[in-house]
Amino acid sequence: MKIASLKLKNPTILASGIMDEDSGSMERVFNSGASAVVTKSIGIKAREGYPNPTVLELEYGILNAIGLPNPGINNFKDEIVKLKNLKIPVIGSVFGSDVEEFLKLSKTMQEYGTDALELNMSCPHAKGYGLEIGSDPDLVKEITSKVKKSTKIPVFVKISPNLTNLVEIAKSAENGNADAIVAINTVKAMKIDLELKMPVLSNKIGGYSGKAIKPIGVRCVYEIAENVDIPVIGVGGITTGEDALEYIMAGASAVQIGSGVYYRGIDIFKKVCDEMKNWMKKHGYTKLSELIGVAHK
Amino acid sequence: MNYPKIVKILEVKKETDNIRTIKFEYPGKMIPGQFFMIWIPDVDEIPMSASYIEKNVKGITFKKVGDATNALFGLKSGDKIGVRGPYGNGFKITGKKILFVGGGAGIAMIAPAVEEAINKNISSDVILGVKNKNEIFFEKRLKKCGAKIHISTDDGSKEYKGLASDLAIAFLVTEKFDSVLTCGPEIMMKKLLDLSVNIPFQASLERYMKCGIGICGQCCVGKGLRVCEDGPVFDGKTLKKVEDFGVFKRDAAGKKIKF
Repeated sequence: MKIASLKLKNPTILASGIMDEDSGSMERVFNSGASAVVTKSIGIKAREGYPNPTVLELEYGILNAIGLPNPGINNFKDEIVKLKNLKIPVIGSVFGSDVEEFLKLSKTMQEYGTDALELNMSCPHAKGYGLEIGSDPDLVKEITSKVKKSTKIPVFVKISPNLTNLVEIAKSAENGNADAIVAINTVKAMKIDLELKMPVLSNKIGGYSGKAIKPIGVRCVYEIAENVDIPVIGVGGITTGEDALEYIMAGASAVQIGSGVYYRGIDIFKKVCDEMKNWMKKHGYTKLSELIGVAHK
Repeated sequence: MNYPKIVKILEVKKETDNIRTIKFEYPGKMIPGQFFMIWIPDVDEIPMSASYIEKNVKGITFKKVGDATNALFGLKSGDKIGVRGPYGNGFKITGKKILFVGGGAGIAMIAPAVEEAINKNISSDVILGVKNKNEIFFEKRLKKCGAKIHISTDDGSKEYKGLASDLAIAFLVTEKFDSVLTCGPEIMMKKLLDLSVNIPFQASLERYMKCGIGICGQCCVGKGLRVCEDGPVFDGKTLKKVEDFGVFKRDAAGKKIKF
């Protein structure tokens, strides 16, 4: 299968932010069945992120405010080069505070050898980045189209569920010539500890992922697919093949898995693929493409 | 669920001028070498191996090294901290005779492992490696439990003058051990691995951690080995393939820092 020119051996991709800060981790995930890996979001300068606590498991999902830690684009070359020497498909995730930063990061990622780009316009908990950019339709279009013009590899735009103008933003990315939309990022959330009477995350507000957000992701993908003609990559709360198929039926052409690594281990990619195949066999389908968007009637 | 349980500190004990032990009520089984994520509200949350493992009470022993340990250092009994875990794999304590090597603050987590070995009737030689005699802790505790204690000090202020790994050579050439278990500075542990030819070896690694539950990737070494989930204890066979071991770690931003 293919998303733009990115060839994938199966529909499961490692989502950004999970086991993707160094090449060794991404190599392990690829060898555990993922068809491609998305790197941790990389910015211009090294960034430590927030102090701990940064990750909490709650009853139905995982809450995090890591704060975009990354070694900076100049320190990330080795990681990409190592993966490319092993012929592992890599999608470089980048976050910038303006058009110029996105351009510089995207061009550098391409130079390092990434197979595609994912523009992070949806991190819900970093001031001046992510969602703060990704909620402005004009900015989304401008960044996407400028990155498209100055690079040759497929450009994906990752958008947020924390938007009242979700469809408008998706259309802006499409109008900026994005090759695909990735939806969703985490859902803005908070946990307060009763005993200490304070938010547990050091950043107070974080992003919720895992099982609880799957219906939100499926709804977003459905709405986006209804309104744009470019492929959608579904992400949010997928832990089983059935979850992935739900996203496919909503209109996704492929899926990403992140928190699922916690629920089912690093080999979740293989498990999900096997479960998808079993379901399809049982229901008489031979090609995944027959199921993409079937829920739209 | 991997959510911090808020506990009251039961006891604070001074081990040396800059090393303290904190004990808190935390029922449950754990294996020596496993760790907790300790949350000091408004400051930080850090991984800490258990230094005391009792049925209902657990303890941590730490040196003042950064913001979090500085804050922990100032806590008194009755103060509240958050605890989640235990996490990780812990040591495999088997055989008839074990050489333990604890360097600096690494002695803290070696102690419950030694106690378990003695409980299993395993003859235990323990090297405590410190800079000078004022930094020695847990000597009495480990002698009392029945281990043979050997001390190395960098300045020779007590017993052997030199590095713990150098003192270990003498033991490894003259006596036969079923395994070597260590925790301490990584360069020391790397030397011990090189010395432990044909002897099963286990070392506990320390890395900057965020989630503690195997997803964020911050503490990964080698080919995606998560110190929090696949470690913190790794065997010699695994460590020989980890190019980071004794060479570099990553800071909070993920940048490589040489040891």
